[in-house]
Amino acid sequence: MTQQLVIYPLLLQLFLSIILMFSWKKISWQRVISIVGGFVNIAVSIWLFSYIWENGTQTVQAGNWPAPFGITFVADTFSATLVLLTAISGLVVSSFSSASIVVARLKFGYFPIFHFLLLGLNGAFLTGDIFNLYVWFEIILISSFVLITLGGEKAQLEGAVKYFTLNILGSTIFLTAIAVLYGLTGSLNMADLSLKVALIENRGLVDITAVLFLIGFGIKAAVFPLYFWLPDSYHTPPSAVSAIFGGLLTKVGVYAMLRVFTLIFVADEFLINTILIIAFLTLITGGLGALVQNNLRKVFSYLIICHIGYMIAGLGLYTEVAIAGAIFYLIHDIVIKTNLFMISGLIYRIKGTNSIRSMGGLYADSPKISFLIAIALFSLVGIPPLSGFWPKISLLSASFSAENWWIVGGILFASFITLIIIAKIWANVFWKDKVELPKRLNFRYFHKLTTVKKSQMIGPIVFLTLVSLYIGFGAEQIQQVSSRVADELLNNQQYIDAVLNNNQNLN
Amino acid sequence: MEVVLAIIIGVLYAAGIYMILRRSLVKLILGIIILGNGANLLIFLLGRITKGSPPIIPGDSNVFLSAYADPVPQALILTAIVISFGLQSFAIILIKRAYQVVKTDDLDEMNEIDQDS
Repeated sequence: MTQQLVIYPLLLQLFLSIILMFSWKKISWQRVISIVGGFVNIAVSIWLFSYIWENGTQTVQAGNWPAPFGITFVADTFSATLVLLTAISGLVVSSFSSASIVVARLKFGYFPIFHFLLLGLNGAFLTGDIFNLYVWFEIILISSFVLITLGGEKAQLEGAVKYFTLNILGSTIFLTAIAVLYGLTGSLNMADLSLKVALIENRGLVDITAVLFLIGFGIKAAVFPLYFWLPDSYHTPPSAVSAIFGGLLTKVGVYAMLRVFTLIFVADEFLINTILIIAFLTLITGGLGALVQNNLRKVFSYLIICHIGYMIAGLGLYTEVAIAGAIFYLIHDIVIKTNLFMISGLIYRIKGTNSIRSMGGLYADSPKISFLIAIALFSLVGIPPLSGFWPKISLLSASFSAENWWIVGGILFASFITLIIIAKIWANVFWKDKVELPKRLNFRYFHKLTTVKKSQMIGPIVFLTLVSLYIGFGAEQIQQVSSRVADELLNNQQYIDAVLNNNQNLN
Repeated sequence: MEVVLAIIIGVLYAAGIYMILRRSLVKLILGIIILGNGANLLIFLLGRITKGSPPIIPGDSNVFLSAYADPVPQALILTAIVISFGLQSFAIILIKRAYQVVKTDDLDEMNEIDQDS
């Protein structure tokens, strides 16, 4: 029963997508299946996580072909944590989207595609084969294309053209990097590559391959200077779609970077310096970009970019403390960014606009919702003891001990900018006097929704805010998980043994 | 053969990137297709080209007796072709639809999303 546990999250999502396709026309069924499936997915992911936590890294060899010849699925603590977070985000977004997206959009297969996206995400986190990683990336990509264009509004199509072009370019560069790597080593299994790349004598060629991977993943993760597609496209689809994109899609790029640059390419000075420069510039430009925007969702899009910088900085510093900080930030960031975009969707439903200048008086109108949003926003800034505070401590202490004052400055600057932006949003959206907006006909305002729909929208935000609070107040446990992940990433012998030594068990 | 392929790959990459940098949507898609083909040929080349020796073990033996063509790159290319076919057909429909809605195929004029809203 537990032997194939690693691939259960994949099978479950595939199964759900197929079931959902069979009920193509029945949107109310799809809503129920998607939400129930989300709960089952969380149960499976918790099972996987606790099993990995107790028994260490688990592997499944597809078709029983021994590694490195077949495709391997590997679940270490890092993968299991991200699968669990994907399950949490998936559940809340399917609940939120069943209430906030109009039926006219849901009709064209929103839920099946959404579960294909989750399938791709789980696959990317669990695979131990670099070409298989590319295939999962493409599954994520094609599902996200459909989700971003569903509805076909003018802005959506314009955003989709930009999103699509740069992401395909990123995939092609990733494929090129795989080709060069295969030419160098003749292997695709990541554990096997780790051993073989270390033996190559032509280090210049290895560095070039590493830079190709860095560009490919950098486009996905939206780092400086490759991020321009993100703020042009993430605010165009419905906010439920932005929530899953903002929470998870860029983080897949970060995951792939953390995996590849700790396992396959052990960082040398050139790579580390490149990554650190990218991290510093991402922190600065993302923060400054967010400062000048007026569209609430564009502000949040730039904040995604800004905060990617923290994780890249953690990778660039390349010590155990720094990587643990990056992992902690990743866990915090997935939860909080999903929550932020759902909050922007809720505000849009209440006010009927995304423009910060035209909002106002939300605190006077609905103090309870405002209080809820305040907790989420403060977690984002990292006001102690909320969740954004702890990883920044690790990152700062790591960059202090590395005496890298640029990164210290960048981290402090980005935190400060985030604080200013949140203060600006709070003052304009919540405290400013109400601006009278023209009533939009046929717009489903929040107060017109039924109680069930309202709770389907508020419930996910409450749930994610509670998760954020747990990450803040139960920081010790999250820190334990992050330290263990960092330890596994840096001492990768255990991962390699788990993948390659399975051969003996089979023979 | 290798040299010829290497030059072709270089030309395909250069042409693809040049086309992506153009402002017209159709040229953009053409660029993406050409770039994808370049990547596929690159996999083919880097898998080492071996002529006329299929990777089949003779019935009376347990191991390969001579040099053989590596079957893995061919499987990779096949996968990559299928994936890029799917993505490209989506892209063509997308630009057709975008052209109908926005009424231009000039990327510089697709700037509604940059405006303040």
